[in-house]
Amino acid sequence: MSSVAEKPSRSRYYSRLKSGPLFWPIFMLTSLPFLVLLWQVLSNQLGPDPAEALMDATGEWALRFLVVVLLARPASQWGWPVLFRHRRMLGLAVFFYASLHLLVFAQVYIGWSAEILAEELTERPYVIVGVAGWILLLPLAFTSTNNWRRRLRQHWRQLHRLVYVVAPLVVLHTLWLARSDVGDALFYAALLAALLLWRTPIVRGRVR
Amino acid sequence: MLRMKSDKNSWPKIPSSEITPESLWLKRRELIALAVGGVVGSGLSTAAQSASRALVAQPGTCSGCVTDETPTPYEAASQYNNFYEFGTDKGDPAKYASALTTDPWSVEVSGHVAKPGTLHLEDLLGGFDLEERIYRFRCVEAWSMVVPWVGFPLADLLRRFEPTSDAKYVAFKTAYRRSEMRGTRSFTSIIDWPYREGLRMDEAMHPLTLMTVGMYGKVLPNQSGAPLRLIVPWKYGFKSIKSIVSIELVDKQPRTSWQELAPQEYGFYSNVNPEVDHPRWSQRFERRLPSSVFNPNRIATQKFNGYEAQVAGLYKGMDLSKFY
Repeated sequence: MSSVAEKPSRSRYYSRLKSGPLFWPIFMLTSLPFLVLLWQVLSNQLGPDPAEALMDATGEWALRFLVVVLLARPASQWGWPVLFRHRRMLGLAVFFYASLHLLVFAQVYIGWSAEILAEELTERPYVIVGVAGWILLLPLAFTSTNNWRRRLRQHWRQLHRLVYVVAPLVVLHTLWLARSDVGDALFYAALLAALLLWRTPIVRGRVR
Repeated sequence: MLRMKSDKNSWPKIPSSEITPESLWLKRRELIALAVGGVVGSGLSTAAQSASRALVAQPGTCSGCVTDETPTPYEAASQYNNFYEFGTDKGDPAKYASALTTDPWSVEVSGHVAKPGTLHLEDLLGGFDLEERIYRFRCVEAWSMVVPWVGFPLADLLRRFEPTSDAKYVAFKTAYRRSEMRGTRSFTSIIDWPYREGLRMDEAMHPLTLMTVGMYGKVLPNQSGAPLRLIVPWKYGFKSIKSIVSIELVDKQPRTSWQELAPQEYGFYSNVNPEVDHPRWSQRFERRLPSSVFNPNRIATQKFNGYEAQVAGLYKGMDLSKFY
């Protein structure tokens, strides 16, 4: 790996992940969509069907942060290491918004009914793919601490490559949801595809 | 009463807890009749008039014509719409449908009729006895509303043009104007415009099938399908085609837009049926709008949207899981 940010010694590397002058500003930025949504829910500003509005918003924010997380490595190679330094927080933001998305789904679409959940999970491909994506994010979020990273050693990197599986699942999820205009779904599909392709040896060989 | 105000933007934001009781609701019509005189006499421009024009209508009397359920607030019904010609977000139609010219308007009635012809806006608003019908409205996306529509039976319209014995189906088309409908210019949309819908002749002649020109006592706002739309209360909302410019009586089952787009998801009949799921989501429940996150207002969907007593006979002997 030629990545600049990974060369320093372990202790320095961890301290960099955690701090830096931009830690809190980036934390604020990742929390902002949540705060705005919360305010909109509490002040009843999401229109007559807040269920749909919230589903769309939480899903799209998870998707946006996924794009940002996958952008972190190429961006650091292009001389902009900020995202890479804070990729843990960005990854946790993906998990956070995806979890909210699932919570809203349980509350307004499933009504916390095991029977309906079972039906959704067996009959609807987009639900299966979406839930599968969230389940794959679980171990990534869980092992995101320094302690776990140290404990898993080289396996940690292998484990966290699961994000390359999550991305296509999410694309499939959004394409399957589109009713007649696939514009939004294609936009994110193209972004994620480009970011995954950049990581393939062929493309990277040429870039170097 | 506040509701008398004729300015489109001044509709009060009424929480569902404060919905007008029925007695006042009915009296409101008399008040509106008085208001009409005022509007007509005030010499406003035609466009301003049609944006807020009140309609005089008798309450519907047929079986199923008026539900006693609480109507959805006008705000919600006029700001949360699917009208893909203006964009796919629910707020897009309210934002962009004002670009549609609805006056003048003409509807061509053709096909297997003895007297083909054209209806103009004046014929639609003044040529039929208007009724107010309060119907449940169930979208295929599993949300629903209760809307007081103003209109006349489609049967009344069709009879004027004298359908022949070859008329087995009715095919409808929505206006298709790229310059006025920004959604039709989206190059990622996979709908083949113009939007098309259809009914079997007996469905079209059913007394509940309404040619609709207004809602909440006024002419339809553009986003709700002005100046003329169909309302078939026992079918999913997409069957209730908006801003109609063509009604053709045909002898074969017409192809409809959603059917062409995804035949495995949207059938020609598309009757509301909790037992037949959309392939991608369940149809057993619906969110009655306005809903909220903490109280989603999730209710069980009824067969034929609760109009089983009136319409089940139309489908006797048909396998509804096959003819969905």
